[in-house]
Amino acid sequence: MSAGVLVVMETKGAGERRTGGGAAWHRVSTEALAAGQTLAAELGVACSAAVLGESAAIAPLAAELAAHRLETVWAVGDDLLAVYTADGWTAALERLIAQAEPKFVVFPHTYQVRDYAPALATRLGEALIGDVTAIQMAGEPREPLFVRQWMQGKLNAVYRHRKPGGVCLLSVQAGSFRADAVQAGQSQVREFAPKLAAEMIRTAPSEPVREAAQTVDLSAAEVIVGVGRGIGEQENLKLVEDLAQALGAELAASRPICDAGWLPLERQVGSSGQTVAPKLYLAVGISGAIQHLVGMKGAKTVIAINKDADAPIFEVADIGVVGDLFEVVPALTRTIRG
Amino acid sequence: MKIVVAVKQVPEREAALRVTPDGRGIDESDVEWTMNEPDAYALEEALQLKQRAADAGLGEAEVVVLCAGPERVQSTLREALAKGADRALHVVTPESGEGSLAERGSLDVARLLAEAVKGEQPELVLTGLQSDDLGAGQTGVVMAELLGVPHATLVLQVEFAGQGGGGRRIKVRRELEDGWTQFVEMPLPALLTIQSGGNRLRYATLMGIKRARQKEMRELSAAAPAQRVDEVVRVSPPLRVKQTEMLTGAAEEIAAKLVERLRFEVKVL
Repeated sequence: MSAGVLVVMETKGAGERRTGGGAAWHRVSTEALAAGQTLAAELGVACSAAVLGESAAIAPLAAELAAHRLETVWAVGDDLLAVYTADGWTAALERLIAQAEPKFVVFPHTYQVRDYAPALATRLGEALIGDVTAIQMAGEPREPLFVRQWMQGKLNAVYRHRKPGGVCLLSVQAGSFRADAVQAGQSQVREFAPKLAAEMIRTAPSEPVREAAQTVDLSAAEVIVGVGRGIGEQENLKLVEDLAQALGAELAASRPICDAGWLPLERQVGSSGQTVAPKLYLAVGISGAIQHLVGMKGAKTVIAINKDADAPIFEVADIGVVGDLFEVVPALTRTIRG
Repeated sequence: MKIVVAVKQVPEREAALRVTPDGRGIDESDVEWTMNEPDAYALEEALQLKQRAADAGLGEAEVVVLCAGPERVQSTLREALAKGADRALHVVTPESGEGSLAERGSLDVARLLAEAVKGEQPELVLTGLQSDDLGAGQTGVVMAELLGVPHATLVLQVEFAGQGGGGRRIKVRRELEDGWTQFVEMPLPALLTIQSGGNRLRYATLMGIKRARQKEMRELSAAAPAQRVDEVVRVSPPLRVKQTEMLTGAAEEIAAKLVERLRFEVKVL
């Protein structure tokens, strides 16, 4: 059992569950499961998975998980895990890891994982290798190397875990591993009681709430003009509004523009905004941080205008213009209007 | 009430970056530096909390800004003082080589910061949710664990929740995925990582810049040795996965080429 790979699964958020729809798993945890299975196969070790929650609630989830190619499905049940808290998850997983003794623990890089996995790593004397986009096997004996992005995607950094006898914790970025590569099979469910005590949990979370329903639905738009930090000032938004109007496009923005209050939050595209898949996405002054790319990389054609030739947006662009948007955008609007 | 804000100095967003000759880091020689933007939001929240504490009759709050790094990070600490922080702590690390930031992993850096925080005994520690350069997004949560205090991440809003369970409590609104948010209550002392967008950032005024020169900036030595559990094997620009056709020329020429594409290939005109 020991020295294998353990994947920590995550169920959909409380809010998502209430609004119904689809499977119980957070999409990225299925991708993490695929990454864990592949890593285990490369290393020739067993892969297991864990699901945490209140015992009765997770029983059907554990049973479903057992229909995968895994050695063990750990059903980590405790009344104090009925609602997510960083303290509860950290303590329960610390105890599970002591029992299961994995060499690698794979997490989905979700908001929830970002909230507790660094604390868990610290408790184990480790550091999480977070937001991993690829796993490469190298060296003799073969060991995994983990690729992470630096400088918002401008550079790739390859990491290696080197603590002798340690446990390597990593989280995988959304969309980096294929969920459909998950292998089916049969495995046994083992119940694990972490025996948490109420005083371990120091925070009191309330029910999740959603802000007023969104009135702008960008997901149906055929053509979108997206604007980012490169626009500089709120007054300059007129330039992209004119372009959007000439193109018959919806206007969208990256997070910094909405944070600044220049455009309403409902026009935000990216991991904390809407996901869009238009025929054309015209990115103006958007550098292309991963948080934005995940929301728009499904566009059929991407055109990017940015003054920085190294901006990551050009990696997903079909057509790129390295230049001054304050010259190119008005010229484009004029030419479209004819 | 005392609030410590941990900030990081990072390369300017638009900085052209070169990889070091050994291929394992960023060449810092021509880099322009700035305050990590999520940390600027943490500082803003601290300065507003100071005001709110005063308005609520909770007494005078002190905002202490903290940064680890070589000499250069003092410009970022000065900027924080100019915006309104009361004093600064600089954990001094060597420019390069043993014990430098490049040699320290996220756990090592969090240890340095946590040691400095312990000396201050604040009620609240704030920091940004992640750094714009290495993007690990861990320093805050790791510090909370090292300090033995509860934490919340991706915080948009902080309120004082009155007394309870033997001390003052806070209630925070944190961001969940897909537009959901949640309130979380916890006792102080606590650590919060701040999400951008909860506040508008202030600029330093001329008066603030002048006053900052008189404020205390204390240097602390980086006592904890580097004990990295991981290592960076190599750093390189990503391989392009898509063939991007780059258009060049004067603005009018580019516009003409784009319109042709929009009309005949993308077919949206």
